[in-house]
Amino acid sequence: MTTAKPTPDNAWGEAWGEATHRLASCEARLVGLWADGAEARMALSTGRPELEFFHYVAVDGSFPSVGATHAPAIRLERAIADLSGLKARGAPDQRPWLDHGRWPLAHPLGDGAPTDGGEPERYAFLGAEGVGLHQIPVGPVHAGIIEPGHFRFHASGETIVRLEARLGYVHKGVERLMAGADLARGAELAARVSGDSTVAYQIAFARAVEAASGIVAPPRAAWLRALMAEIERVANHLGDIGAICSDASFALMHAHTGVLRELTLRAADHAFGHRLMMDCVTPGGVLVDLDRDRRTALRELTTTIRERFPRLVELYDNTASLQDRTVGAGRLDSELAQRFGCGGVIGRASGRDFDARRDHSYSPYDELRFETPVWREGDVNARVWVRIRELEESLRLIGQILDRLPVGPIHSEREPIGGPGEGWALVEGFRGDVFVHLRLGDDGRIARCHLRDPSWFQWPLLEAAIEGNIVADFPLCNKSFNCSYSGCDL
Amino acid sequence: MRRTLIEGLLNGPLTEAAPAVDDPELAALAQEVERAAAASLGRSLSIRHVDAGSCNGCELEIHALGNAYYDLERFGLRFVASPRHADVLLVTGPVTRNMREALERTCAATPAPKWVVACGACAKDGGVFAGSYAIVGGVGDVVPVDLHVPGCPPRPATLLKALLALLNGHGR
Repeated sequence: MTTAKPTPDNAWGEAWGEATHRLASCEARLVGLWADGAEARMALSTGRPELEFFHYVAVDGSFPSVGATHAPAIRLERAIADLSGLKARGAPDQRPWLDHGRWPLAHPLGDGAPTDGGEPERYAFLGAEGVGLHQIPVGPVHAGIIEPGHFRFHASGETIVRLEARLGYVHKGVERLMAGADLARGAELAARVSGDSTVAYQIAFARAVEAASGIVAPPRAAWLRALMAEIERVANHLGDIGAICSDASFALMHAHTGVLRELTLRAADHAFGHRLMMDCVTPGGVLVDLDRDRRTALRELTTTIRERFPRLVELYDNTASLQDRTVGAGRLDSELAQRFGCGGVIGRASGRDFDARRDHSYSPYDELRFETPVWREGDVNARVWVRIRELEESLRLIGQILDRLPVGPIHSEREPIGGPGEGWALVEGFRGDVFVHLRLGDDGRIARCHLRDPSWFQWPLLEAAIEGNIVADFPLCNKSFNCSYSGCDL
Repeated sequence: MRRTLIEGLLNGPLTEAAPAVDDPELAALAQEVERAAAASLGRSLSIRHVDAGSCNGCELEIHALGNAYYDLERFGLRFVASPRHADVLLVTGPVTRNMREALERTCAATPAPKWVVACGACAKDGGVFAGSYAIVGGVGDVVPVDLHVPGCPPRPATLLKALLALLNGHGR
């Protein structure tokens, strides 16, 4: 990785400006923007397997705003200001994001100055003007079994004129807990950043540690990780396809995908000892091996899903009342998806052909055959179809992995200790690319670990996609996005 | 669709027998609840879920309670959309400072008699997030808790056992 050393002529400052310019002109895509001590840091992707890294040593506690010319950076800069106290100079939106004025301290990753504990300030939502517009506040506690967040609608009759999400309710201070933690504790926390993506986060964390300490997980471990990741993708896509149909009042689909999802979780439990496969991956390898019996059980699972799933796809495709809800609803513009570097199903349903497994390939995906389905329509229907095809690809991948699982150890001989060092990883979770950047200290403990959920670049797009839809279609559109609250709030 | 529906009718149900409440700890808690229950609600409970800061792992398993294998509603247990309709608050997660007020207000909006069930390791004492500046602690640090369901996340069968213990506790 490239981390430019500050030089007397301030070359890093120029490089920062240059990088910002490339983002604004869509020559590069923002992968991450975070603060490490008094430095702002940025990771860019230009289509090559390697990422480009930039940093800016804050001057008077501030750095030049990226968000001023590149909107995807705005919320990340607001989070930096809340957590580290570094201000983005010239940022278009300086409202707090994660800090609701309820923490006992300010800037937990910065000076950590105690706060007076007074009444939290009222949050100023963005407005909308027009005759007969009304506001609908929703949340943070929602009607379903979902995570908390606040949605502020401006509506004209039934039509949504503006939606603004306010998140941060489930902020748990993960990055502060990471600082100074040993690797085992770090892995435990990473597994709980967003429970539905626990495998993706575990792999991203482990690979970042391995990159920072110069070790490599043995082949069998890498293949087992991919096996778990694909099982996680299958389980989540099954859940999402069913839940989207359920939100369109088609419970039959939900009941059947629910059965397949349960079978998947039970197979994961049998194979790896945990239904969601938490705490199965560790820096240097994996913690659970797969014997012959368990391998057979997983093969039976894929056979069962292969048998039953096509009928459900047919059911989806042939139910006019369901299609009536999903086709054309919540359309996300392809250009916006590109500009935001929107990953996962949402990006691929709007024509953004990106898959970290292929474009930033890591073992064993470089040895496996799979397609990355892309749709162009960008509506709820397209997001359902991308999930359907991805699920089928994941079943293929699981088959290939079970066929060709290499023999050997599941953990590297060398323990991933010894700092200092820096490493990063980009892992394709079911929701999109999870980015982890990690700095190990001299003592081998975590000095700084930044975890960027794919939802950072998806939540803002929900606000764009919902415009002009009716309020009653919001749950459907929201479910088709299925962004993580916990993953972004950290 | 017709074939799917006909098969659904002809094939036996996937639903599994209810798990026995064999855990002495749960049984004891159920008795406590029984004592606390002034009036029987009949064999029916309305549950309102509140995520007070969870990683969303618990939510996945609570969702699973509704699938054909566990079929929560056969016991008269159902999830409702408003705390005003609820007998039970099922709270997940460590309580974050940003969610504390929302949890308190949801609890206050739930009519008595009510029970609070803390779901998962985080809900007990903050779990892996304990000690963070952003965390108040477990659910019990904010509202009185009647029953705690262990696990990270609890398995659906464990959740079902706990809820049945609650139901039997005040249904007898």
